[in-house]
Amino acid sequence: MPVTFKIFRGSINHGTYHDYSIEAAEGMVVLDAILQIQAQQVNDLAVRWNCKAGHCGSCSAEVNGIPKLMCMCRLSELKTDAPILVQPLKSFPHIKDLVTDVSWNYRVKRKIKPFKPRPPDAEDGTWRMMQKDIDRVQEFRKCIECFLCQNVCHVLREHQKYDEFIGPRFLVHVAALEMHPLDTEDRIPELKKSHGIGYCNITKCCTTVCPENITITDNAIIPMKERVADRFYDPLKMFFRLFKNKSHVST
Amino acid sequence: MGMDEPFLGRLCRYICEDVFDRCVARLENYLMSSYDKYNYDVVVIGAGGAGLRAAIEASAQGVSVGLICKSLLGKAHTVMAEGGIAAALSNVDDRDNWKVHFADTMRGGQYLNNWRMAEIHAKEAPDRVKELEAWGALFDRTEEGKILQRNFGGHKYPRLAHVGDRTGLEMIRTLQDRSIYQNVEVHMECTIITLLKDGDRISGAFGYDRERGKFKLFAAKAVILATGGIGRAFRISSNSWEYTGDGHALGYNAGAELIDMEFVQFHPTGMVWPPSVAGILVTEGVRGEGGILLNSNAERFMFNDIPELYKNQTADNEEEGWRYTQGDKQARRPPELLTRDHVARCIVREIKAGRGSPHNGVYLDISWIKKKLSNADDHIRKKLPGMYHQFKKLADIDITKQPMEVGPTTHYAMGGMRVNADSQMSTVPGLFAAGECAAGLHGANRLGGNSLSDLLVFGKRAGEYAAIFAKENAAAAIDETQVSKAAELALMVFEREKGESPFDVHYALQETMQQLVGIVRTEGEMMQAAEQLKQLRLRAGNVRITGNREFNPGWHTALDLRNMITVSQAVIMAALERKESRGAHFRDDYPQKDPESGKFNLVIKKDADDNMIMRKEMRNEIREDLKKIIEEMK
Repeated sequence: MPVTFKIFRGSINHGTYHDYSIEAAEGMVVLDAILQIQAQQVNDLAVRWNCKAGHCGSCSAEVNGIPKLMCMCRLSELKTDAPILVQPLKSFPHIKDLVTDVSWNYRVKRKIKPFKPRPPDAEDGTWRMMQKDIDRVQEFRKCIECFLCQNVCHVLREHQKYDEFIGPRFLVHVAALEMHPLDTEDRIPELKKSHGIGYCNITKCCTTVCPENITITDNAIIPMKERVADRFYDPLKMFFRLFKNKSHVST
Repeated sequence: MGMDEPFLGRLCRYICEDVFDRCVARLENYLMSSYDKYNYDVVVIGAGGAGLRAAIEASAQGVSVGLICKSLLGKAHTVMAEGGIAAALSNVDDRDNWKVHFADTMRGGQYLNNWRMAEIHAKEAPDRVKELEAWGALFDRTEEGKILQRNFGGHKYPRLAHVGDRTGLEMIRTLQDRSIYQNVEVHMECTIITLLKDGDRISGAFGYDRERGKFKLFAAKAVILATGGIGRAFRISSNSWEYTGDGHALGYNAGAELIDMEFVQFHPTGMVWPPSVAGILVTEGVRGEGGILLNSNAERFMFNDIPELYKNQTADNEEEGWRYTQGDKQARRPPELLTRDHVARCIVREIKAGRGSPHNGVYLDISWIKKKLSNADDHIRKKLPGMYHQFKKLADIDITKQPMEVGPTTHYAMGGMRVNADSQMSTVPGLFAAGECAAGLHGANRLGGNSLSDLLVFGKRAGEYAAIFAKENAAAAIDETQVSKAAELALMVFEREKGESPFDVHYALQETMQQLVGIVRTEGEMMQAAEQLKQLRLRAGNVRITGNREFNPGWHTALDLRNMITVSQAVIMAALERKESRGAHFRDDYPQKDPESGKFNLVIKKDADDNMIMRKEMRNEIREDLKKIIEEMK
């Protein structure tokens, strides 16, 4: 069965959509089609991919407008009577064809305070942790850094708050560190200030697109918002803080 | 504009644009054979488990480190490792210790392993795993809250520290998140095309940045190769596009020796259907959790052929096998957990005998455990979430209810750079290698789980010794003629007006290697492959590239092809010479193991006239105490 793909092609600042047709084979995913087009029709079609098994998070793109991993998106899920639209991620600077510059994400991660464990529990330098205490953090650590959540988050996509907001991926990262049973670091003040957690207004778009089915908003962001609220917006605590600060000034 | 324009106008514009594009491309190439230069004490090429661990270690020793990755950081092939990290922590079975792990590794490698590496590996792996935990990794837990370990093929006791079936992701992320806070400068999406030398010694590396196509030169006192494997030379492969034997070829071209190249591991269980996913890995963890292999007669065929070396350790009935997977210390392991080379061959035999599944595989069934466990569905989803998801999404199979169809897939190269067991330095001073592109630890066949531990143990050592080398030696000189020659060779493909697509040559190479140098080999077929390879080399030298240097996969493939062809040549050369069947190397014309052939390794290098030459190197006598351990564990 012939299937047509409308693929965005071009370099920074200029580009258009081109149609390519291929013969669809059974079980094909969008990435197969893109690679086939690349091998048979346009050798210089730029696309990122690595594992083609949903483990590495490299082949993120927008398929018919929806952010997806191309390696896990089967043609059978899509309507093939009209051309399938394949575009690069919109929230990051474009490089070429389907490839965007995602280096901002790597810079953001370096701003987050690293893991700092408590002293070991046992003499051989190891720790004891119960499975039920790490289940939640293991969920967060499933993240494959495909940046689909960053791409779809309107704080970044619509409002370009790249300097004030770290995005859902890194809120999950902070949550994984904060909820890690061994960690002793405090990242709550940064969450409020430089990480900009207040910008998130819980539309859950990130959760919807996560290919690893991480419950980003409910399990990671909301608990972190609660910790920020507890620390900084508890009226009683605010009152005492005021008092404390004043006494501090008077002495 | 567009259709409103008269025909002649459009034609002129078309011709002009074409001529203009070509001129710009030429000018660009001319201007851009210039390069950006970076200076480091240690340069690490490859950012998977071994490369990251090496970079962390070298930087901890106080030297400056440049880390070069072919993809984005954290996407290297390590991310795909599923089953776990083998280390004798003895958290689940207290009878385990480094000696058992050592003996298992040697037995698995059919005693062709470098015994000193196997010793270091078994002794140091537990510390490397604990270190990951100290850096934030969260492994699955035992009931006392220790790191949980699972069964795997060829390991006597449950030994693999794991996180469900995504252990590689946990490992690479932990290392990545550690490295970014250290003095390691990362160059993402950068491919190295040649190593530079100053006399005998290594002086740096030269490559291009994939995004812009600009050249980069890295001057270094020491270079560590950690580039992984060669699987993309085969059609059915579990490996990512990066696995084009870069490190093997870079080292070889710089004068380093390759060893054990005939041993290519075919993992017994890759997906076979639908065609677009053929080769994607199905973790051995499925069998570790109780999964069984069946042919089309619903027979557990693995019971029919248990090798002599493993008779004492293998269950002789289904009940005992099941008890083993459930942690019964008295039970012996089921034959599905024999070594990968053997299981892969048994599967091929069933398929050839007409007892395969509809799509030329066999059945791997984990759903049967519902006869044994009341909460089997949840148990499977919890233990093998990735596999559940993978089959559900890509093959419409629910593994908690149906069997999977699986068949062998190219997985791992046991062969690689010959290195000093302690320091990981190759035969070229200042050039180190670690992980899959180094050789010695695994001998004729690697045990599952021994790769991740290999990356950690020898990645650390390579980083440590490269840092020492860098401290003890002054900077070497960069030879500009080597640089300009490499740049010229890399850009030549753009000059050609005619020629075939590099992808076509790549497919032809994959077909040759898959059909003629696969799991079952014969002299005739391999001679044929060697002939075809000569043609492929010519074709690879005449490919044509369209477009410019910016993120151009056609260009990248044209350059990677050269490495794959070099590596394939080495594989064929060694495989022809080893006239026996041992480990992953199976010869239909020499189906038996030959004790005489067990006394040597095959070493390949480049001679002064650029020809590939090979020699047999007799193995040195194993140390007495280690020999005793092997005897005791038999």
